[in-house]
Amino acid sequence: MGNAMRELDVSKIARAVRHMCISANCNVPAGSIAALERALETEESSVGKEVLARILENHRIAREECLAACQDTGVALVFVELGQDVKLVGGELYDAINKGVREGYADGYLRKSVVTDPVFERVNTGDNTPAFIYVDIVPGRDVKITVAAKGGGAENMSGLRMLTPAAGVEGVKQFVIEQVAKAGPNPCPPIVVGVGIGGTFDRVALLAKKALLRPVGSHNSHPMYSKLEAELLEEINKLGIGPQGFGGRTTALGVNIEFAPCHIASLPVAVNLNCHVGPHESVTL
Amino acid sequence: MAKRINTPLTDDVVRTLKAGDNVLISGVIYTARDAAHKRLVALIEKGEELPMDVRGQVIYYVGPCPAKPGMAIGSAGPTTSGRMDPYAPILMENGLKGMIGKGRRSEAVRDAMVKHNAVYMAAIGGAGALLSKCVKAAELVAYEDLGPEAIRKLTVEDFPVVVVNDAHGNDLYEQGVKEYRKE
Repeated sequence: MGNAMRELDVSKIARAVRHMCISANCNVPAGSIAALERALETEESSVGKEVLARILENHRIAREECLAACQDTGVALVFVELGQDVKLVGGELYDAINKGVREGYADGYLRKSVVTDPVFERVNTGDNTPAFIYVDIVPGRDVKITVAAKGGGAENMSGLRMLTPAAGVEGVKQFVIEQVAKAGPNPCPPIVVGVGIGGTFDRVALLAKKALLRPVGSHNSHPMYSKLEAELLEEINKLGIGPQGFGGRTTALGVNIEFAPCHIASLPVAVNLNCHVGPHESVTL
Repeated sequence: MAKRINTPLTDDVVRTLKAGDNVLISGVIYTARDAAHKRLVALIEKGEELPMDVRGQVIYYVGPCPAKPGMAIGSAGPTTSGRMDPYAPILMENGLKGMIGKGRRSEAVRDAMVKHNAVYMAAIGGAGALLSKCVKAAELVAYEDLGPEAIRKLTVEDFPVVVVNDAHGNDLYEQGVKEYRKE
């Protein structure tokens, strides 16, 4: 029986998605809270300190009263790592995920922020669907689901550039720092900086987004990329933007890099930003 | 020490506000985002009456979460103000005195603030739960079909903001970065 498929009813996935939509929006990740507390100690600007203290108070209220930490409860990004020995039963996966999003955003008093088409009508769909769903097939019998609520303010400050290999590490650094400087106060600093390097035009943006799913304070397992994360964080915090852009030392709480192999002619780089809330949560079913 | 001000804003009060000031606002403020601004400006251009008198008023760029039972409003922090830049000068021309949001304003908006004696203040982005506690009442004014983007009249008490652009041409975002930037 070792090779038998494990059956999983998609209603369990719907319930998990519903729960995580609410929970992620009310509970700021522990890594971010720890980084904010450290920043409160080290920040030199008095206005900056006050902002950080208020942000920490906000996150406490959100957790204790199960209120959305930010009113922009985002679009729902749902990442599924589907074990190849799992057989989904009881309905369609995408329908189940959208049901979970619909119920989570209604029951959690979360804002509905999706419009039907981007240019002409822009009518709010009213239930925050469709979710933005990514499925990866992985070995095994588990299903890991991650829900990330992505707000518009930080997302709008993202960027992508196709560098040439000659640009090298200096080119990567220059682009990331330029992007953060250009964003300035808009993405609600202190921010978390997700950087994708390598892959293709489409893949590099997804890498940057996935980098934001890693906890603040974690490091890439490759020592060179881990060092690059630390160097970028130091450079970014020299920009002076500070909490909310009012000036100060704490512009970013962390820089997370994900990389992938790429074409001999290419060096794609993408920057995706999160504010200090950055809601996301995972569960394995 | 924070300055306490009440809405509607008089020209004298606006003149006393300086970039970097901590301010606590009490009184009525109106919510409006992109879609509502587009409709307001279309009405002005057609010479029609607005759903509220903007003279002396403050507009808060926010799309709140739905209120839980027993609360006036859900999470209610600021949205990025730059998206309202194309509409803000004409509202100031019609008497709007204050704007609350977060993020940079365009040169045209900053110039209009000096010309019309108006002020731009930032609330803390990502502190919607905390800010919702300062909202004592919320009432729908117009455009219910826009959902979170509808215009609402909020009654606030000691709503905390920081002055970013004052009516004298100062900009806290520029000053702050200049002070803390390291080469």
